[in-house]
Amino acid sequence: MTTAPSARLREDTMRPLMQTGRLYYAFVGFLLIVIAWGMFAYTRQLSDGLAVTGMRDKVSWGLYITNFVFFIGISHAGTLISAILRLTHAEWRRPITRMAEVITVVALMTGALFPIFDLGRPDRIPNLIEHGRLSSPIIWDFISISTYLTGSIIYLYLPMIPDLAMCRDRFRGSAHRFRATLYRILAIGWKNTAEQRRRLDIALAVMMILIIPIAISVHTVVSWIFAMTMRSGWNSTIFGPYFVVGAIFSGVAAIITVMWIFRKAFHLEEYITAIHFRYLGFLLLALDLIYAYFTLAEYLTTGYKLEGGDKALLEELMTGRYASFFWAFVVGGMVIPALLIAFPKTRTPNWIFFASVLVNIGMWLKRFVIVVPSMALPLLPYEWGTYWPTWVEISISVAALAWFALIFTLFAKFFPIISVWEVEEALEPAAEGVPVASGGPSLGPRPLPAMEPGGQDEPR
Amino acid sequence: MARITRRRLLGVIGGAAVLAASPAWVRSGVLPIKRSSASEGDEAGGETTAQWGMIIDLRKCDGCESYTPGEAQCTTACQREHMLNEDQTWIRVFEMEEPGGGTYFMPRPCFQCENAPCLNVCPVGATFRNKEGVILVDQDRCIGCRFCMAACPYGARYFNWDEPPEAAQKLLSRPTPEYPVPQRKGTVGKCEACIHDLRYGKLPACSQGCPMNAIYSWDMAKDLATNGIEIVKASEFIDEGHGYRFKEELGTRPRVVYIPGHGEEFGRKAES
Repeated sequence: MTTAPSARLREDTMRPLMQTGRLYYAFVGFLLIVIAWGMFAYTRQLSDGLAVTGMRDKVSWGLYITNFVFFIGISHAGTLISAILRLTHAEWRRPITRMAEVITVVALMTGALFPIFDLGRPDRIPNLIEHGRLSSPIIWDFISISTYLTGSIIYLYLPMIPDLAMCRDRFRGSAHRFRATLYRILAIGWKNTAEQRRRLDIALAVMMILIIPIAISVHTVVSWIFAMTMRSGWNSTIFGPYFVVGAIFSGVAAIITVMWIFRKAFHLEEYITAIHFRYLGFLLLALDLIYAYFTLAEYLTTGYKLEGGDKALLEELMTGRYASFFWAFVVGGMVIPALLIAFPKTRTPNWIFFASVLVNIGMWLKRFVIVVPSMALPLLPYEWGTYWPTWVEISISVAALAWFALIFTLFAKFFPIISVWEVEEALEPAAEGVPVASGGPSLGPRPLPAMEPGGQDEPR
Repeated sequence: MARITRRRLLGVIGGAAVLAASPAWVRSGVLPIKRSSASEGDEAGGETTAQWGMIIDLRKCDGCESYTPGEAQCTTACQREHMLNEDQTWIRVFEMEEPGGGTYFMPRPCFQCENAPCLNVCPVGATFRNKEGVILVDQDRCIGCRFCMAACPYGARYFNWDEPPEAAQKLLSRPTPEYPVPQRKGTVGKCEACIHDLRYGKLPACSQGCPMNAIYSWDMAKDLATNGIEIVKASEFIDEGHGYRFKEELGTRPRVVYIPGHGEEFGRKAES
């Protein structure tokens, strides 16, 4: 069944699972040390209270909430992009969907930690279930994010089953007992029969449609934590869509970043090509422009009227103490990345990677200037609140970033980072006698039963 | 292989989800709940429940400039009563600008809003309104998310970043929402209108502490207010003094009414 390219594909994607270099262990060790340091910082916070942070009564949310919004934002990339590309049968998606889906799960597992770091009494989290009140946007977030995490784990797992079966076959009887067992259990008896494929297709079709509204709901309710208050800068009707676009924007940037790193680290140049960078680059550019439009809409409509609180806030943002953050976001996070992608000369994987890193930094800064200045703004005639994170907050945040990298690194060591069967499917459209879509392109996608009624279920 | 049908699997997952979620739905309900274990059965015998608000006569308030400059006595009395850390100013006096360039002083307690933003956003119902209309915090339930602080448009809520002062920690009393002393680290605290005193006929600490008697406790149910020196018919007192509510346009319906002024009853000039 395997022809030369597909055999090479399997070799290339399985290699990281079979061999582990010293550098890998060193990297994991480094991440573990950073995480351990963060855990130490958190023990200080637990014993001495949030007094060890830079937050005080005026600015009572800071780095943790910024990171929360940031990580939940990049979680949007994955699943949403993967689902939309799958739904629209975008062929070039095949080698990158897995990475995108992993970003979602990992970013959620990281982002969801931050509200916990931010709590004064994390031991009382069960109260959210025991005494939860649906009138609070925090409960909306709690429901929405846990649904999204569950959904995106399923959505990551489903298209992994054929690859897990491949791993199972590869490790059968090998010395790696743990791995052999792991893959056997996770592959849940996949034999690649026509019936199994039919079921997988249906399950995937259901999940990819379900996951889109869930993903949108997540960042909408995250924004509503802010927009349901009367603070200047937060009291906005467009915050839901504004945040959703920002999330997808930073999410696509995250995909490009991760894609570039894995391409280098695992030598996947043959599968992740300049085309992927170019197409995702165009997507990033489009989202950049949409985000710029929302930003204009948000600031112009308040800046034109200059209501008291808005005026004070805008002055601080544009020319005051937060101006460096704000303009770094505008120029570094929107203008320069857009130019880099717009000019054909810099439309190369490396430059697009650079643009994506800029977008990530810019969007982090943007989240910071959403969260902090609105809280620092005086509600009564008192001086502006001040906030600067302490070593505890910074240590915990860096440790969370290391945690993000660690899960990713471990995932790539245990599971193929490219969806092998989906790429193979494109290489061999007629594999196993599964009918090809009539009239489809030769490398075209196999139509999904749910998409094409009367397709496969009927005898031909 | 055991037959796990899709239907069965979904059924099990769905059932588990319903089970896991049920306590929240059953106990909470969608709307702000009436849940006040401490205030139940505490009602004054046979009388209608008092509805507490405040009237602050700014004609009498000079921010203690003539008495203890730089230190507002209402704040000091409140902090002593509740054994608070110094940065917790449950009532705080702000020097506000007049259009002509002068200033007046405005003490800001919690406004006990009838449409309270802080109450709406609390995810665990730790903030609630008691029978007398006072917004209280159950510090045994508060998870310390500080959403209420973000939501309050007046900055009237304070977080216990730290332990309360040592004296408060040594108290043997167990804090209740209506007498939250000592404060508890990691939770939010706020003005409780001294409901623990009001109910027994004592004025709030700030009102007692005010040397000018500018702070009136107001029982809206009886339309009476007192500062300890005089008892006034609240509706007349407010209307004749052209009373107003701070940031009324926000729609929070504060239960604190100000009588405009700049301390003139004690001879203070606005442009001082």
